[in-house]
Amino acid sequence: MELNKLEMDLLKSITDLETVPSGALNIRLNGKAVMRQSSPNISVGPNDEGTGLKVEIKPGAVNETVHVPVVLTQPGLLDKVYNTFIVGEGADATIIAGCGIHNDSHAISRHDGIHEIIVKRGAKLKYTEKHYGEGSEQGKRILNPSTVITIESGAIAELEMVQIRGVNDTMRSTVAHIHEKGSLKIIERLLTQEEQRAESDIMIYLDGNGSNAQVISRAVAQGHSYQLFRAALIGKAPSVGHVECDAILMDSARIRSIPELQAEDADAVLTHEAAIGKIAGEQLIKLMSLGLTEQEAVNTILEGFLR
Amino acid sequence: MLELRNIFLQVDGESGEKVEILKNLNIDFQKGKVYAVTGPNGGGKTSIAKVIMGIYRQSQGQIYLEGEDISDLSVTERAQKGIGYAFQQPPRFKGITIQDVMSIASPGADLVRIRSFLRDVGLCPEDYLDRDLGTGLSGGEIKRIEMAQLLLRDPLISIFDEPEAGVDLWTIQKLLGLIVSRYKHNPNKTAVVITHNEKIIPICDEILVVDGGTIAAQGPPEKIWHLIKDDIECKVRNQCQGEVTYGVK
Ligand SMILES: Nc1ncnc2c1ncn2[C@@H]1O[C@H](COP(=O)(O)OP(=O)(O)O)[C@@H](O)[C@H]1O
Ligand SMILES: [Mg+2]
Repeated sequence: MELNKLEMDLLKSITDLETVPSGALNIRLNGKAVMRQSSPNISVGPNDEGTGLKVEIKPGAVNETVHVPVVLTQPGLLDKVYNTFIVGEGADATIIAGCGIHNDSHAISRHDGIHEIIVKRGAKLKYTEKHYGEGSEQGKRILNPSTVITIESGAIAELEMVQIRGVNDTMRSTVAHIHEKGSLKIIERLLTQEEQRAESDIMIYLDGNGSNAQVISRAVAQGHSYQLFRAALIGKAPSVGHVECDAILMDSARIRSIPELQAEDADAVLTHEAAIGKIAGEQLIKLMSLGLTEQEAVNTILEGFLR
Repeated sequence: MLELRNIFLQVDGESGEKVEILKNLNIDFQKGKVYAVTGPNGGGKTSIAKVIMGIYRQSQGQIYLEGEDISDLSVTERAQKGIGYAFQQPPRFKGITIQDVMSIASPGADLVRIRSFLRDVGLCPEDYLDRDLGTGLSGGEIKRIEMAQLLLRDPLISIFDEPEAGVDLWTIQKLLGLIVSRYKHNPNKTAVVITHNEKIIPICDEILVVDGGTIAAQGPPEKIWHLIKDDIECKVRNQCQGEVTYGVK
């Protein structure tokens, strides 16, 4: 099956792909897998229940990439999918997920992606998920991703979540369990505008000795939008965890940021920093003194902040 | 080149009262000259620079750039017309690299040029181009980058606000010397260096002493430097007894 121009454009906005890639892949269009292929080291197939995908990366396989984008163009669709990703022992893989919604109607388009990710002993994973929404009418574009990730001993994972404009409503939940000497870094970049709402709830259990977690959140709220950010670190063993949440507030938007630290071991070192504020006047003036207009200065600052 | 005529600047004081920071200032910055602006802390040097750049709006008076009244222009418009200011305390930016800001300072400048200006202020381009203008840089590094931007920009009038602050002692002289040598014999441009450096002030073309929001003394170094330097030193150190006249009254 071929993707049409609209579908290809959406795919490009979430994956930066110009053409359908040749490696392991699953493209889900309007609730159905329309393209699916495995590669020698990555198997891509249906899960046992038939409710979604199962992606397995062979132990020891390195430099592997799999694309699993979701595209919604049919208005009024409520799409729900359960995906499991297993990164085999010692493997080194990149998973590129993401969801693009085009909705020109008045009906709601919604995608709920429920992911389970297991990063086996000593494996390395980079997971990126980009959300993108567009459409000319009032029809809402809703995305509710939910991820449970287990990082086994000595494994490393980096999750990057990006949502810049376009999505009306999103409620993201991320739960992580990190075993001995495992390491997790979560980076979130979020820009909401108009009446959009975005919630992100992150819970990280530092279960193992020497486990390590870092959460970096950069958020911009414009218009009358609302964001809620909750990040909890639960230190159950000697471990290190840090949450850093930086937000720029504009217009009449609101942001609520709730970092939570819970230590159950005297050697759990948990810290957080959170700051919410408008763009510093000094920064604007400085860029304007280099010849930028006020609007150009704002854009430059936001672009850098969300980079 | 740039003329300040009867400039007054008022700001809101802590308890809501008006505080006059600049009082009836008249300055005529000419082409082809390098000016040293000095005087005690709190004298009004930075305020003059900010009024010229349009960051502070004068409460009375006019500003002319090459004869054109720019008193009501925005910061952006003044920048585009050829006014440049290197901040005393430059702000930091997350996610904006040194290469980015140099490109904003001089759109279209190629990498070779950007690199050479970084080298001029003592920064190795290989180490710095991709670095973030965020919290990872020292105060001295931020000041050098600020200076490199303005040198690269090379507007009609360049105002450097205490470029030596935070920079290690060994390189201060070199940095200040760079500004003076670049602009001393440039017939079409004007440079203004706000500084306390005793080696640099005497090699500028003209000295302006700013104290109490007015020009307390002005003249070429050979005429006034020997008269004013002791007074400036005691003022800067806060050790003066009685009224200070900078040898002019
Ligand atoms: N925005 C402001 N609000 C209140 N007072 C100010 C403001 N800017 C400057 N001042 C005051 O004006 C005086 C001159 O300041 P400034 O121009 O920074 O002096 P200088 O650069 O010579 O050290 C100081 O007393 C300073 O506290
Ligand atoms: Mg000053």
